[in-house]
Amino acid sequence: MQVARVLGEIVSTIKDANLVGVKLLVLQPLAVSGDPVGKTLVALDSVGAGVGERVFFVRGREAAFPFYPSEPPTDASVIGIVDRMDTE
Amino acid sequence: MILAKVVGTVVATRKDERLVSNKLLLARPVDPHGKPDANYLVAVDTVDAGFGETVLIVSGSSARMASGMKDCPVDAAIVGIVDTVQVQE
Repeated sequence: MQVARVLGEIVSTIKDANLVGVKLLVLQPLAVSGDPVGKTLVALDSVGAGVGERVFFVRGREAAFPFYPSEPPTDASVIGIVDRMDTE
Repeated sequence: MILAKVVGTVVATRKDERLVSNKLLLARPVDPHGKPDANYLVAVDTVDAGFGETVLIVSGSSARMASGMKDCPVDAAIVGIVDTVQVQE
């Protein structure tokens, strides 16, 4: 899993039937310092995250699990909103 | 998932039999502002996307969860056509 900032939202009318009713978010992965690192990506939202929030997300096949028993075609899903991170 | 712009079609007569009658599109990944940011890829189209449209592409084994792609040899599938991208500056 990785930490990211929600940069924005995507509107899509024509999409896979299993994606209907699910919010699509644009994410920017972050380093521990909070600086952007790597490329932006699109993820499904399973926790009600919004633009500007710091979240963590899962990649790969497991990204569909939060929506069980539906199986949306996704390789990234937001699965938590970060309240606080403590680092040394 | 990534955003990409459809830049062409791919025609293949000889291909895996599980890909027969699927449309293959050539897509160029773009950032949320529409700027190209990676190399081209071939993706199976499951939503009837067309030339010049911005689409959502799911990669890896998750691509097989797109409709009609079960047990197909694909690692990139177009699963949505993007209307708008709203990005906070």
